Amino acid sequence: MQRTPIGAGTTDEVIRLEDVWVHYGGIPVLEDVSLLVREHDFIGVIGPNGGGKTTLIKVILGLVRPSRGKVTVLGTSPQKGRRFVGYVPQYSLFDRDFPVSVWDVVLMGRLGHTGCLRRYTDEDRAVATDALSAVEMLDLKDRQIGRLSWGQTQRVLIARALAAKPKVLLLDEPAAALDSRIEAGLYDLLRTLNKEVTIVMVSHDIGVISTYVKSIACLNRRLVYHNSRDITRDMLQAGYECPVELIAHGLAHRVLDTHEEVPE
Amino acid sequence: MFEVFQYEFMRNAVAAGMLVSLACGIIGTYVVVNRIVFLSGGISHAAYGGIGLGIFLGINPVVGAVSFSLAASLAMGLVSRRARQGVDIAIGVMWAMGMALGIILIDITPGYSADLMSYLFGSILAVPRSDIVLMGVLDAVIIVVVAILYKEFLSISFDEEFSSVVGVPVERLYLVLLSLIALTAVMAMRVVGLILTIALLTVPAAISRQFTARLDGMMVLSSILGTIFTLVGLWLSYEFDLTPGATIVMVSGAAFALSSVYHSLSRQKLFPTLMQHCHRYRDNGGAESRELPQDD
Repeated sequence: MQRTPIGAGTTDEVIRLEDVWVHYGGIPVLEDVSLLVREHDFIGVIGPNGGGKTTLIKVILGLVRPSRGKVTVLGTSPQKGRRFVGYVPQYSLFDRDFPVSVWDVVLMGRLGHTGCLRRYTDEDRAVATDALSAVEMLDLKDRQIGRLSWGQTQRVLIARALAAKPKVLLLDEPAAALDSRIEAGLYDLLRTLNKEVTIVMVSHDIGVISTYVKSIACLNRRLVYHNSRDITRDMLQAGYECPVELIAHGLAHRVLDTHEEVPE
Repeated sequence: MFEVFQYEFMRNAVAAGMLVSLACGIIGTYVVVNRIVFLSGGISHAAYGGIGLGIFLGINPVVGAVSFSLAASLAMGLVSRRARQGVDIAIGVMWAMGMALGIILIDITPGYSADLMSYLFGSILAVPRSDIVLMGVLDAVIIVVVAILYKEFLSISFDEEFSSVVGVPVERLYLVLLSLIALTAVMAMRVVGLILTIALLTVPAAISRQFTARLDGMMVLSSILGTIFTLVGLWLSYEFDLTPGATIVMVSGAAFALSSVYHSLSRQKLFPTLMQHCHRYRDNGGAESRELPQDD
């Protein structure tokens, strides 16, 4: 476990976590997590449920205060850095019957720029239109949010995050509840977006993610990150009790670099 | 039936019913989509403590009710935002204690024997002109605040966490919203009484939600429905000599039951609609139609 994140001190850093600990009611959820995210990174954070993935995202957003350690987002506090962060929450958490259109949801991404007591400007509407085009959802903009498929809903939530013109996108389990074809389409979209924005995405699913991201981190209270796409044995040891499950995932590509007997 | 309008009390009753329905339509929409029906019930019942306080201090009980329910809404709002568990219990306790305090304050007020039933069950037939003016002012306040904060209220109702990430002051706005609920609840108390306030606040909005997919549409439709229920209830109570507040609530509840049955039946009609869609698809030579929700 590196004490100082790799590449510390360079100017293209976007997110930096140093020795971050988070406790919920005395129980550690994140232990000694250090992570450096640089511009145009595309990091997939994998790990089991309850491993602290959502907490990690909330720490970066400043929604959860670490009990120890330091977090900076674009060189400032998470609360101030939020303005440059596009957040895509777990979409299973909101009420899909809510009476709101796709268009109004995407405009919500502009609230931080418009400010209270002001109406949306033409610029806000132009940015929202661009964001919806980027996720190929512009023609469904008047649809009520609940009358979309899961995959379309996910794209709308990404558009809402993009409407804030973020430098970083944080996605919490974007592919949960999607079938593999839609999931691949979503990751293709993220890869395109990655040309402009840095992306950090968490997922409990170790499978397809690794072919799309640039690097993988493994989180199970502790974070293992080597700034590469390979899932190494120490990651699995840290992240999963049972690596067999991973190899038996039934996917066409290889997740592990090599798979050989571990000498005890 | 129109001869009843020669009485001023009846004209005032109709005006009060319409003004309250407008406020309940707008604010009730937020109560329903935010699922804070229970919390709103707590706010309106705790207002009884304010009535007791008003009587005890010898001031206008409505002034007491407004200030007490505003305080209750802030207390309940902070508890519901900050407490990690037991929020419903805390609200239930404040709800009951608010009412109990009202009863005790009235007990210890010497020589007081006014009709408290009017606060519990409403007294739409005894609304004085001054209260109509007050209701108009409150309606104006509610409309102005909601117009100014519409997009923020929409965002915090839909996704509170995202809203705070983009920099919306979620907690403060939530408390503003609860204050508006408190004001509306005290107004509705005049018409149907505080025990039945929650019906006027939720039923029209709950029905509208079944027929519109827009928040502003819900507000307009709820206000119209609330007005219809209030006037129909008022008329029935006059014809059959019933308590107006209770009759209004029964009319609303019956309408809710009917609309829920209709709604669930019309959902089952989805199948014929799908068939129609398939025929159109075939007639178009297989060209894709975007009229139905597409599942990918």
